[in-house]
Amino acid sequence: MRVVFAFLAGGLFGAGLLISGMTDTTKVQGWLDLIGAWDPTLAFVLGGAILPMLVAWRVAAARDVSLLGAPMPGRPDPLLDKRLIAGSALFGAGWALAGLCPGPAMASLSYGGVQGLVFLAAMIGGMLIWRGWSRGPLAGGRTA
Amino acid sequence: MIEAAWIYGLAGGLLIGCAAALFLLVNGRIMGASGLLGGVVDGVVNSGGRSISAERLAFLAGLVGVPALIALTFGAPQTHLTGNLVIVVIAGLAVGIGTRMANGCTSGHGVCGISRFSLRGIVATLIYLGAGFAVMAVARHLLGLI
Repeated sequence: MRVVFAFLAGGLFGAGLLISGMTDTTKVQGWLDLIGAWDPTLAFVLGGAILPMLVAWRVAAARDVSLLGAPMPGRPDPLLDKRLIAGSALFGAGWALAGLCPGPAMASLSYGGVQGLVFLAAMIGGMLIWRGWSRGPLAGGRTA
Repeated sequence: MIEAAWIYGLAGGLLIGCAAALFLLVNGRIMGASGLLGGVVDGVVNSGGRSISAERLAFLAGLVGVPALIALTFGAPQTHLTGNLVIVVIAGLAVGIGTRMANGCTSGHGVCGISRFSLRGIVATLIYLGAGFAVMAVARHLLGLI
């Protein structure tokens, strides 16, 4: 059952990304282009996505386990660290250059052409590079 | 004036939020795209598949498969991703390294983090937005790269 609902959640997420226009890199880059032809669409997407989650976190707080008996996520970690700050800055830079973040990169895999495949491959490559580095001096960050 | 793109944005955003709510309340998981993909990537390398959870793979199958079905049925939307593969590769590497370093992206830190008033989620979102605004200003308006 958990697999079925995970598929449904992934499918709903993908449908939402497609319908919202977030797999169109011009919309994302337009949102980030404050001094150009600014496109506010992303604010509507983020606002729309946060609304159901405000309710969901309220419901989740009152429960020990999920509807299928899985443990609920722990309390959010309040501590900031260099990894969070440097990683987010690097992510934002790549996000602006291509106009894609991980969700839309996967949602548009079937219609994003060769460059979409190249982006996903490079992103997975980046994840592997971090996996190698994180065993070095940069290791020891906190979970999201 | 309200534009059609904003309505689609809000409607799609509500679907994204419902997906995250479903994954949280039914599966007990935070819907973060980079964490779910990264978990699979790490699992494949670690142990020849042993640590890959079926739940993660099912989520990713839905994330790729349902938009593919919509594109087949109603026609594929344009992504307008640049054909400059040097930029595509640099951007992909930065997104891959950055999201794993920060333990989250737009969905995990943005949607799920902000909505639970997580300090880390809010700070991460402000930083990737700030970096995005700055890189866009420099790369587009100063250097003319994108």
